[in-house]
Amino acid sequence: MKYAAGIDVGSTQTKAVLLDASRAIAAKALIDTGANVKRAGQRALDALLEASGVARSDVGFVVGTGYGRYKIEAGDTQVTEISCHARGAQMMYPATRTVIDMGGQDTKAIKVGPEGDVADFCMNDKCAAGTGRFLAGAADVLGLSLDEIGEISLKGTRPVRLTSVCTVFVESDILSHLAQNQKVEDILAGVHQAIAARTIGLVRRTGMEDEVTFTGGVARNIGMVRALEEKLGTSLNYSDESHHIGAFGAALFAVDHLLASEQGQIPAEPQPTEWVDE
Amino acid sequence: MRTDVADTKDYRGRVHDLSRNIMTDWMTQLKDATQTNVPSAYLMISGNCVEILRCFDILPVFPEINALQLAIRKQSLPYIIKSEEIGYASDNCAYVKADIGYTMCGGVGQDGSSPTPSLIVCNFVGCNVYIKWFEHCASMMDVPMVMLDIPFVRDGQASAEDLKYVLAQLKDLIKRCEELTGKKFDIDRLREIVAHSARAEEGWSRSKDLCKHRPAPFDSYFDSINMMGPINALRGTKEAADFFDEVAAHYAKMVEEGIGVADEEKFRTVVEGPPPYPYYRSFRNLFEAWGAVAVQSTYSTVGGTWEFGFRHDPDRPLESIAEQMITHNLCNRSLLDRYDQIRSYVDDWKADALIIHSIKSCRLFSAGQGDMREYFTKELGVPTLMVESDLEDPRYYAEAQMKNRIDAFFEALQYKRMRQEAGA
Repeated sequence: MKYAAGIDVGSTQTKAVLLDASRAIAAKALIDTGANVKRAGQRALDALLEASGVARSDVGFVVGTGYGRYKIEAGDTQVTEISCHARGAQMMYPATRTVIDMGGQDTKAIKVGPEGDVADFCMNDKCAAGTGRFLAGAADVLGLSLDEIGEISLKGTRPVRLTSVCTVFVESDILSHLAQNQKVEDILAGVHQAIAARTIGLVRRTGMEDEVTFTGGVARNIGMVRALEEKLGTSLNYSDESHHIGAFGAALFAVDHLLASEQGQIPAEPQPTEWVDE
Repeated sequence: MRTDVADTKDYRGRVHDLSRNIMTDWMTQLKDATQTNVPSAYLMISGNCVEILRCFDILPVFPEINALQLAIRKQSLPYIIKSEEIGYASDNCAYVKADIGYTMCGGVGQDGSSPTPSLIVCNFVGCNVYIKWFEHCASMMDVPMVMLDIPFVRDGQASAEDLKYVLAQLKDLIKRCEELTGKKFDIDRLREIVAHSARAEEGWSRSKDLCKHRPAPFDSYFDSINMMGPINALRGTKEAADFFDEVAAHYAKMVEEGIGVADEEKFRTVVEGPPPYPYYRSFRNLFEAWGAVAVQSTYSTVGGTWEFGFRHDPDRPLESIAEQMITHNLCNRSLLDRYDQIRSYVDDWKADALIIHSIKSCRLFSAGQGDMREYFTKELGVPTLMVESDLEDPRYYAEAQMKNRIDAFFEALQYKRMRQEAGA
């Protein structure tokens, strides 16, 4: 049996999904990207093979996505994570029309067509304000881990108002609230609300349509899920798989290639563009 | 490996070479003027009255061109920082900061590349920051300044009072030029100069119009820079008029032979906003990789919206100069007029998409682009991509993020097309 893999090399973590030809998940992997992007792609692929017991020679096609997509040596082609998140989210939740993807450096709002195609999208600009990095900064200054801040934020009853969602100034902002004896849960509730408010701005620009699927690493944070739901006035699709949806979408594109090559067809997706250095 | 066909294409081809030659001649004149007493004057690009200066043999100097030349050579940042050291804010116009920094470092004057001007003519009121830029230059170099107050066009046309108001100021400017040069104003000379302008404008428009063909013979955003120098800075000279005759003939021949600027033209775009000069080539590559060709651009009309028919008129030289300054340039018009301009580009030039490149350090030009994106996407159904960096400050450009957005946009367009083709 042939398999296809999607590898999503993100700024913080690398996610990978292995699918069989029927698009069933055979294995998932999650590793820290680290400084060596090229190695991260290979390590993620190795982890997939190890978890599934599938031989490398049985992986017929690999699609790379995420910022490190051009550095994945095993990658047969590359697709942007915007297309991958749209495709993955629509496959997992077929009624998806809006995707909110929140990662380490990026927050994206993607408007999705009925077939998982990207109808429109908006992203934060170059600065990482209001992304996962902001949450990490907040967790750091409070001496907490990223995994626990979401739960704690839900206990907040009087969310503080932050002066900005700047990843650099979050520390001094939080310190000043601590100095005013604000409760940690109220500070964290304020942090989550501030990011949610900024994200809603992106969603409004593309136009929100139900259903909304939340993807990316931050989708594992229940505080963020609730803050977004409250601001959007609708419930979000999310699950433990949310983090892997970009890699899942990439793997779906890889299956297309696999099937197309078996049938001798041209794959039904855009041809990749080569990176051109100046 | 370049083929013979590639050699005929732009920016590495004939028009680029012709443009480089006449622009280099002009820059050589600027350099020479640092050592002589040839009178020179500062002027703004947008809606300028270069014909009047030319009538008195005053060498025009454009600080905007100084700034963009620094950026495209990747030399702008140290000068920007120099200006920030004396108090310019980090989000202030980076054109201003590069030019001011360059001037402070000796780029202007005896040891520089362009002369200390004899006169500063501030012709731009669309931008308050630009007024301050020229005021700072005048005070820094102790040079007399003429401030032209050009009424902003709110409803598409200049009123009779507006025209009268600008004409009166142009007559004052003529007096100042007479005093500066000791030459008497000669209206027949101005008619001759204005006729050269009109011929250049005609060639410009013919060239721009040729991009309605498939494939387009040149990229009307990236390659237009080859034509913008001559139309904005050298307008009114015989050389510029001859240049445009040759350019139009060259592009017409390409169209006749079915040669396009792209090896394969896959997407036709309209681009709004100035380019990121510090990363001009890299930015272009991101579009070229997708076979995307700009068939029109608003930025190329900052100096004048010639393709909509306006020409300087030898029979009404001063009046037509005034009309051009007020009405027939991109910057002195309202955002809604810009919408109309873009809509006509999308419809008449048959574009697939609109690309907005928003400028961090120019809120004046970029304000309203969020609404613009919404209008074109939601109301007109034109796929629109908005990306952001800067025209001068390299610190705002993030290649990986830029590439990500551009790739995702064209991926989506390609899907849409494939679905349409599959359904057809």
